[in-house]
Amino acid sequence: MDVILFLIFAAIAVVCGFNVVVQSHPIASAISLIGVMGSLAVLYLLLGAEFLAAAQVIVYAGAIMVLFVFVIMLLNAGAEIRKGRALLAQVLGIPLLFTFLGLMAYFARNMFPGAADVRFGGFQHGTAADVGRALFTQYLLPFEVVSVLILIAILGAVVLAQKEME
Amino acid sequence: MNFFLLSLIKAVVVAAVLVTTLAYLQWVERKVIAHIQVRMGPSRVGPHGLLQPLADVIKLITKEDLIPPYVNKFLYLAAPFFAITMALLSISVIPFGSEIHVPGGTTWMQLADLNIGILFVLAVSSVSVYGIALAGWASNNKYALLGGLRSSAQMISYELPLSMAVAAPLLLANSLSLRHIVEGQAGYYLGFIPRWSIFQTPMPQIFSFIIFLIAAFAETNRVPFDLPEAENELVAGFHTEYSSMKFAAFFMAEYSNMITVCAITTTLFLGGWLPLWPASAGSNYVPAIVFLLAGAISLYHGLNPARRLDRLTLPVVALVFFVIAAVFLIPVLKEALLPLFWFAAKTGALLFLFIWIRGTLPRFRYDQLMAFAWKFMFPMAVLNLLVTGLLVALFS
Amino acid sequence: MSAGVPLSWYLILSAVLFSLGIAGFILRRNVITVFMSIELMLNAVNLSFITFSYQLKQVNGHIFSFFVMVVAAAEAAVGLAIILTVFKNRSTLNIDDVSSMKK
Repeated sequence: MDVILFLIFAAIAVVCGFNVVVQSHPIASAISLIGVMGSLAVLYLLLGAEFLAAAQVIVYAGAIMVLFVFVIMLLNAGAEIRKGRALLAQVLGIPLLFTFLGLMAYFARNMFPGAADVRFGGFQHGTAADVGRALFTQYLLPFEVVSVLILIAILGAVVLAQKEME
Repeated sequence: MNFFLLSLIKAVVVAAVLVTTLAYLQWVERKVIAHIQVRMGPSRVGPHGLLQPLADVIKLITKEDLIPPYVNKFLYLAAPFFAITMALLSISVIPFGSEIHVPGGTTWMQLADLNIGILFVLAVSSVSVYGIALAGWASNNKYALLGGLRSSAQMISYELPLSMAVAAPLLLANSLSLRHIVEGQAGYYLGFIPRWSIFQTPMPQIFSFIIFLIAAFAETNRVPFDLPEAENELVAGFHTEYSSMKFAAFFMAEYSNMITVCAITTTLFLGGWLPLWPASAGSNYVPAIVFLLAGAISLYHGLNPARRLDRLTLPVVALVFFVIAAVFLIPVLKEALLPLFWFAAKTGALLFLFIWIRGTLPRFRYDQLMAFAWKFMFPMAVLNLLVTGLLVALFS
Repeated sequence: MSAGVPLSWYLILSAVLFSLGIAGFILRRNVITVFMSIELMLNAVNLSFITFSYQLKQVNGHIFSFFVMVVAAAEAAVGLAIILTVFKNRSTLNIDDVSSMKK
């Protein structure tokens, strides 16, 4: 059951990820990226990260991607025009990509020879209570710094997007 | 009973009840708004207009299903599908009652109790913004686009005070699971004041309740925040180019969101399926008494009819009410029906509040709406959360 | 119990998504699509963090993932504001056309 769920959502993630790169209109890429984030949220649930799965949907798919979709709709830029690419890049590109992926897969398999299989329910410490406890005790300084970072980002976005003063 | 079979039965029952409630909520809304405006509302199709939702469904299904040639086909067809899916999804974590006995064991009257139940509801409401934004974009129509963008911006702006207002009773309940939140509101102070979130020490959550309700009005695009879809502004907002069943899907999604939001308010703030006063003081007989009273009033109006047809229909209605009152007295069904009655009563009261406000208040202008969210609601929600956190830290 | 999923499969999926992100980042010309490829790379890294957190039985990977999400949100906000300003001034979203500081 775990294997079937993993395969389905990993396939959805890869197909949507491929679609992000390949589609010519940015809005299609944005929707495919939302699909990637949704399937990754399910994979996080399989890995026992329940709080992070919810945060992924609320923050990434529900806020950041809404921002992207808004900007695409407001700019109304249209589909991208394909220009020709160098023959060398086209001939070498796909084989090199597959070689790269094969190497990474090989290293991934051999780095952790004794690793246990991932089962749903194998990791029980990903609840909101555990994440909150670690966040407010061990990682308190990064938490505060990151909140100042968000404040800076809000100020930056407001300043950049406001109308110019006469 | 097998877990999958039981879940399937529960899902079918909840879906059927939800869709019927959606249809008849529209009837209730039209009748209540009509009586607020001193007129009668639907009264021709069936007795007291009770078959009006059926007539509306038939009309919407048989209308010409027009797909304008200039729209982005995939997104145009996907947007209402997406909106209605997200609207119906969040009903799956709401607890309707306590544990009941079924042949084969016990089960809770809830489809799925997630550890992160309330976060699931927030996540689904975050993602449901896309249904509206993409509908506005796909229609390739500047009014629809503007309406869609305005509506989406309104929804994401009000998500912030909504989430902050949700966080405050979570501090009191100490859990994210909706079932635990309701169970934490059991018990009574001084023997008769229920320990619901809005009454709980160290901090009664009245401000959270009000902020949540106002943000919920904005999230579901209801009056006074319904400028993006008002008929006399922006043509019809984001659903200008939609007709027949696709329009019906958006309509259903809006009412379903309303029901879900009222159910969440009941669960978080009003004690879910817990009764208003202890069972030892006789709260188990309240449903029977309420339906008996309703039957008596219907019978009285049937015997002194205001309209000619009432002589026939109102006694039938009275009979139905008496039968329901008798059903609530059957001891075998009591453990399932009583919590359901209290949950339905509280949710129904909140839905009536939604409809009442629609009949009473004018709508906000868009800039007033956004200024209200960012300059008033958000600071109030943060302040409320801070005060709640302080009091919980000091007194627990 | 049913068989579990080997840990390396999650890492391979993370590698595949990361390389798709790199491919999009290098090959695409529309600045918003480039931005979305960056978000794809960040998501792949998040998956890696959570996988390792499962393997080491600690919650620290989740915390790092959380911080990555927050930083990605801040970066998306400011980056999109910059894109809007560039579009207002140059009227193009093609990164080849905005490669010089001169108008």
